[in-house]
Amino acid sequence: MNKFGFQISRPRSINMDLSDDGRREQLLEEVPSYRLCIGCGGCTATCSAGQFTNFNIRRSHTALACNQTEGLAAQLDSCMLCGKCMLVCPRGVNLRGLIIRMRQMLGRV
Amino acid sequence: MFSFFVIPFCLGVVLLLGISVWKYIRWIRGFDKRQQVIIRRNIWSWRFLPAIWEAFREGLLHWRITKHHLLLGYMHRSLAFGWFLLIVVGAVQAILACPGGHPFYVAIFFNFFEPRSERIVHFAQAPFYANLMDALLIYVLSGLCLAAFKRVWSRPLGMRQTTHHNLIDRIAKLSLWCIFPLRLLAEGATAAIYGNGGFLVTGVGALMAAMGLDNEIFEYHLWVLYSLALGTFFTLMPFTRYMHIFTEIFLIYFRQLGLRETVRKDGYTLFELSACSRCGICIDGCPIHDPLGIHDTQGVYMLQNIRNKDVWKQAERIADNCLVCGRCSTECPVQIDLEGIRRQVRAKGKEAIDKSQSYGYLKSVHPFNAMGRIGYFGGCMSHLTPSITESMERIFRAAGQDYWYMDKERTICCGRPLLQQGFVRQAEELRRRNSELIAQSGVTMLVTSCPICYQSFTKEYHLAIPVMHHSEYIAQLLKEGRLQVTPSEQRIAYHDPCELGRGCGIYEAPRTVLQAVGELQHTRQEREQSLCCGINLGDTVISGTQQAQVRDRAYENLVEGQPDTIATACPMCKKALARGGDTPVRDIAELVAEKMK
Repeated sequence: MNKFGFQISRPRSINMDLSDDGRREQLLEEVPSYRLCIGCGGCTATCSAGQFTNFNIRRSHTALACNQTEGLAAQLDSCMLCGKCMLVCPRGVNLRGLIIRMRQMLGRV
Repeated sequence: MFSFFVIPFCLGVVLLLGISVWKYIRWIRGFDKRQQVIIRRNIWSWRFLPAIWEAFREGLLHWRITKHHLLLGYMHRSLAFGWFLLIVVGAVQAILACPGGHPFYVAIFFNFFEPRSERIVHFAQAPFYANLMDALLIYVLSGLCLAAFKRVWSRPLGMRQTTHHNLIDRIAKLSLWCIFPLRLLAEGATAAIYGNGGFLVTGVGALMAAMGLDNEIFEYHLWVLYSLALGTFFTLMPFTRYMHIFTEIFLIYFRQLGLRETVRKDGYTLFELSACSRCGICIDGCPIHDPLGIHDTQGVYMLQNIRNKDVWKQAERIADNCLVCGRCSTECPVQIDLEGIRRQVRAKGKEAIDKSQSYGYLKSVHPFNAMGRIGYFGGCMSHLTPSITESMERIFRAAGQDYWYMDKERTICCGRPLLQQGFVRQAEELRRRNSELIAQSGVTMLVTSCPICYQSFTKEYHLAIPVMHHSEYIAQLLKEGRLQVTPSEQRIAYHDPCELGRGCGIYEAPRTVLQAVGELQHTRQEREQSLCCGINLGDTVISGTQQAQVRDRAYENLVEGQPDTIATACPMCKKALARGGDTPVRDIAELVAEKMK
């Protein structure tokens, strides 16, 4: 497709039937500190795996909560668990725990 | 020489031997293939000699517990060694007294049969043996009193907390505690009637008579109760923590043969699980026990949960909540590989998501030709503390060392954080890629700033080149005179990172370096007893707020002597401690770079 620097905007709609609050609730229960996330994106900015791939922690957990799980498992697999995200998180969210629980959640499906 | 009361005791002994032998054979058959190869290779060697010595020292004398706390050591020793001597001396006494041979239970119930049987003769040293047996009984009883006292108030025995035992353990303990007082009373009653026994039981018998007890009636009942207590204890032993008594001996021998924990649970793990005496020494040191009030994840409880197979799921949850700071395994008197077992449980829980090909993207990191240079591996965390890596680069330049900063642009994790969480295959993939890059670069040595990477490179990688942590490297530069520093009067408190100290045993190198640039202070809990900074990557359950609570303990300990600077040798510890208060926290590389001539 040619890139013209602009595109025709289609009407944006959200399919509410897809969103799955159950998963978000379960994540909150298993990783209570997830509640503290303000979505600043510090984790994503510092991510070691993010230097190589388009792995995006902030997008991942939002995507899981909205049930947009296509390709998510593979993205989460690229995490090296190095822990830099936790060190920069201003809210003390247990991000490594969150990633592991998300992987387990997707692995069960 | 027979009386019906010996039946419970004999039955107990038969059950104990039968069940133990059956269990041990099953466990040995369950050994991993590689473990079996090691056994076959080493079994015809002299390694059983050091094993016998260690089994005597640890199983009976409880040397390591004594080093931990004198009185606690006495308690364990008097029960183990005292009872052992009671059995041995009792057996010798029975052999001397019965020239015609005797059933095995006579040695245990000697005082009962002595006045009643004609086959037991009076030999020359009989009074000596009777008194010796009484002295040993006092020895055991003193330990028993301490054990009971410890349940009420454990502080004087060097323990802030004692283990919470489950029901069957408590029943077994009760029967054990009954054995020796019952023996004392039974022998006392016999002594009051027949006038045999040593100084102690004669006195007790006289006292019982003086209290108006009719020893003729009570005597037989007391012997029955004594035999019942023994029988109950022996029958319960294979199913309770007291299985550790025999298992520890086997474990010591296997360890001498060269066996270690493997990636997955096998027969060796079963020996380790049963060798835990649940003494609870691992509880007090645990950094998340007091500050966070987490009371069920410590080594002793994890092993207990794994043994009760039905709560496997809980074992998984318990195994994940641990900083893996290594404090418990350093203090464990049985030296059980708590970290190895914890990793096995974690790996079991992660089996489904531990993919073998997750890091194809690392192919985009191309090898670099750094032939003949030193490789510097900063590690992930050092990218968040650029002051450390910049200082290291300055130090390399000052020492005239040609170096290659391996992960300056994009960093590949060493794989240890994954391995700690039980992602065995994924960790291996990272190790393989890093090994390839290191081998292809042609570096002659690897220096790393992160203790996690250091532990990983030295223990899990099999590199052909030497690996040094930067504290060791700087200490060597100073020693060789390739680097000169100006000493100063600043007071420095050093924080031992878990992975570097307990993990790799490096305590001296950073201290040598710090003594060259300032005045090193002692802290209350240092070296093996150093407190975790809280950020350690071992735990995936606690939150940042909880990590900060763990850190506060470590920080308080460091600032007690009001140092000018807190020094550490780990980028993560540095970040954690720096948030703890106002005292500046510096890495030793920074302190040295500052004071370079």
